[in-house]
Amino acid sequence: MARELMKGNEAVAEAAVRAGVEAYFGYPITPQTELLEYMSRRMPELGRAFVQAESELGAINMVYGAACTGKRVMSSSSSPGVSLMLEGISYIAGTEIPMVMVDVMRGGPGLGNIAPAQADYNQMVHGGGHGDYRPIVLAPASVQESVDLTVLAFDLADKYRSVAVVLTDGSLGQMMEPCELPPMQPLKTSFPEWSVTGSEGRERRSLSSINLDPSMQEEMNFRLMRRWQEVEANEVRYKEYFMDDAQFVVTGFGSSGRVALTAVRAARAEGIKVGLIRPITVNPFPIKVYAEIVKKVEGILVVEMNAGQMLEDVLAATKYQTPIEFFARMGGIVPFPDEVLNEIHRMVKGPLTTEGHPRDRWLNRTAHKK
Amino acid sequence: MQTEIIIAGFGGQGVLFAGQLLAYAGMDEGKNVTWIPSYGPEMRGGTANCTVIVSDEEIGSPLVRNPSAVIAMNRPSLDKYEDQVKPGGVLVVNASIVDRPVNRTDIKVVEVDANGIAEKLGDKRMTNMVLLGALLANLPVLPQAAIEKALKGHLPERHHKLLPKNYEALSEGAKHKAK
Amino acid sequence: MALNESEMETMVYERPEALTNGITHYCPGCTHGTAHRLIAEVIDEMGLRDKTIGVASVGCSVFAYNYFDFDFVQAPHGRAPAMATGVKRVLPDRIVMTYQGDGDLASIGMAEIVHAAARGENISVFFLNNANYGMTGGQMAPTTLPGQKTTSSPNGRDVETQGYPIKVSELLSTLDGASYVVRRSLHDAKNIRLAKKAIRMAFETQVRGLGFSMVELLSICPTNWGMTPLNSLQWLEEKMVPYYPLGDYKVHPAVAEIKI
Ligand SMILES: Cc1ncc(C[n+]2csc(CCOP(=O)(O)OP(=O)(O)O)c2C)c(N)n1
Ligand code: SF4
Repeated sequence: MARELMKGNEAVAEAAVRAGVEAYFGYPITPQTELLEYMSRRMPELGRAFVQAESELGAINMVYGAACTGKRVMSSSSSPGVSLMLEGISYIAGTEIPMVMVDVMRGGPGLGNIAPAQADYNQMVHGGGHGDYRPIVLAPASVQESVDLTVLAFDLADKYRSVAVVLTDGSLGQMMEPCELPPMQPLKTSFPEWSVTGSEGRERRSLSSINLDPSMQEEMNFRLMRRWQEVEANEVRYKEYFMDDAQFVVTGFGSSGRVALTAVRAARAEGIKVGLIRPITVNPFPIKVYAEIVKKVEGILVVEMNAGQMLEDVLAATKYQTPIEFFARMGGIVPFPDEVLNEIHRMVKGPLTTEGHPRDRWLNRTAHKK
Repeated sequence: MQTEIIIAGFGGQGVLFAGQLLAYAGMDEGKNVTWIPSYGPEMRGGTANCTVIVSDEEIGSPLVRNPSAVIAMNRPSLDKYEDQVKPGGVLVVNASIVDRPVNRTDIKVVEVDANGIAEKLGDKRMTNMVLLGALLANLPVLPQAAIEKALKGHLPERHHKLLPKNYEALSEGAKHKAK
Repeated sequence: MALNESEMETMVYERPEALTNGITHYCPGCTHGTAHRLIAEVIDEMGLRDKTIGVASVGCSVFAYNYFDFDFVQAPHGRAPAMATGVKRVLPDRIVMTYQGDGDLASIGMAEIVHAAARGENISVFFLNNANYGMTGGQMAPTTLPGQKTTSSPNGRDVETQGYPIKVSELLSTLDGASYVVRRSLHDAKNIRLAKKAIRMAFETQVRGLGFSMVELLSICPTNWGMTPLNSLQWLEEKMVPYYPLGDYKVHPAVAEIKI
């Protein structure tokens, strides 16, 4: 198929259209707005639903309603807007219905700025909304991956009756890259046994997230967690580069991962045996992959565009057995590859330790620069 | 092989479009490409820039500190990017409105009266094409024919009458070789 | 041309003290600047500068605190009336104002503005209605006119699927808590003078403890409307004013007695 040069935000929108999304509800916010604008044109053209809601609160609850019918539905926003949606996301998770959410992250906290950041990792991966629910979180690092993972998000959401999140950032959203779009899928014609569609010809159904009887609510929690175990068993995805003979590893997701790739290549060119692991599912997190490399490598460098949110998951996965170093830029700054390369040099030179917290070492190193 | 190009100027000078053309041309030649703009309220302030990378392998960082080449379409862009060009790299300057000489001596400098040439061709909006032509004549990233093909392939039909002028602008620019 | 001394000394136009010397980031011709100036002039004339606390909203005016020279806080998108309520309730003797766009106030912040008005919160709200979302690049706002093209209503606002514009002044005027609710426009000198008077009345209402006041100001957004400032002013007069009639929508009898 022909490759098209597309902006990340628009590519995600078109991928969703082709994955059979029947309703889009959203609210403008930079750096995500092109997605909404694309949908405002494309969805009516196809006779599908598009509503610019009065707010993210409105949008997520429109999604909630539409999702109850069993159709493929989605919303998209950027960090502050996603924060507003978390109540709705918890309700959707509590009702055990599928939806796809796209978060094009920007600098925070607060209004912050519109530059690329990755500080929604915790908000998405570790909850944000109340209660024990686990959204599936996919982290693309290119426009092509944004397309592929958007389609996958719809499939996984349906399969696990789950919230599936595509976690991108301002850089991936605004960037243009060639991509191959999937074929147009036919819209769903049969709907799951829980969908609320009007009871003509069957027993009536209802959907709700309330469970006044704690033992029933506990049962529901068990169901969610057992389903999550299945997700963990089946859906872990990641990408490795130069890992065969790697003595050191750099790891980062999304944009950080691809910046790290440039640095890792430069280090390889200098003869340093360093590899890269880029998690694609940040939830479920590729725990086993990290647990395995502990046995093989001398040190791991975690690179993020936040203050070490994924770092905690890497620490948990490696059980503090291997020296871990941390490097980050925050507040909307994307690191340059040479900054990461410097950190690789520092790690290779040593000395390395498993004592103390990598974030503290990073902060202490950074403090005297300022 | 990887080549990084930053194009910078005022909004309205066709900075982003020139970059997109490069990206289209690279894609059509079967290369990996990225195009990334500066975005947001900054644009209202009147400056615009984009970074284009053309590469044989999977592209990592879409931004670079030291690009292979820069097209500076105005003075603020020259001031900002002159020092960043890789040693041995190419710096194309829109000499029509940049009122100072380039200081670096370790790079190839191409000064082009791009506004003048575009006006002579009858359309001031052709300035970006003149500079792009000059860039390609001094940087072995893509042949001019690839840009011409991209223009034809990706310019909306209704603008196709402008194609010959655009080709001419590219060729006029290409007459400029680094000193 | 050389000026003689007396000519040089006749200052006819000066920056109000309540405005900083900062250069605004507003687009050329944008009426946000006009609205700032009017508010600042009134604050100067009433001597309120060191008693006033502003609440900036999220929109093109997000940096209003850089342009107004008095204390300011900045609210999340739509929540300025709630933040203003918080400030006013703990500092009842200060003058509290919000400055909000139509996306901020009439879309995401509809609950906050309605309830602030319903509570008769003793604050003044300045509401810039420019029929679109300026800061995010010209999407449809609740105030976008039927048929108006925006980046999220590319074929023109279709009232069948995208609903009808909201007339905020009319809506708030139905609330018993609202004391002074009026609509003015910034499209020519006469209307600008009338707008200033209304801003004065809003502050006078608050100073006297008479409750909630709001001045809606019809405004332009040349950048996203894709028009020159001059054509924008004309479009405002020809298209917006008929849909959003200028006038006083709620004037509490106690407010009507205020003489300025
Ligand atoms: C929760 C949240 N959602 C969305 C945004 C993005 N946003 C910033 S400004 C704005 C609209 C501003 O429009 P308006 O209030 O009409 O003011 P104008 O810019 O036209 O003056 C939006 C949607 C945000 N900052 N926060
Ligand atoms: S975008 Fe519109 S509202 Fe915002 S400053 Fe420019 S003209 Fe004014």
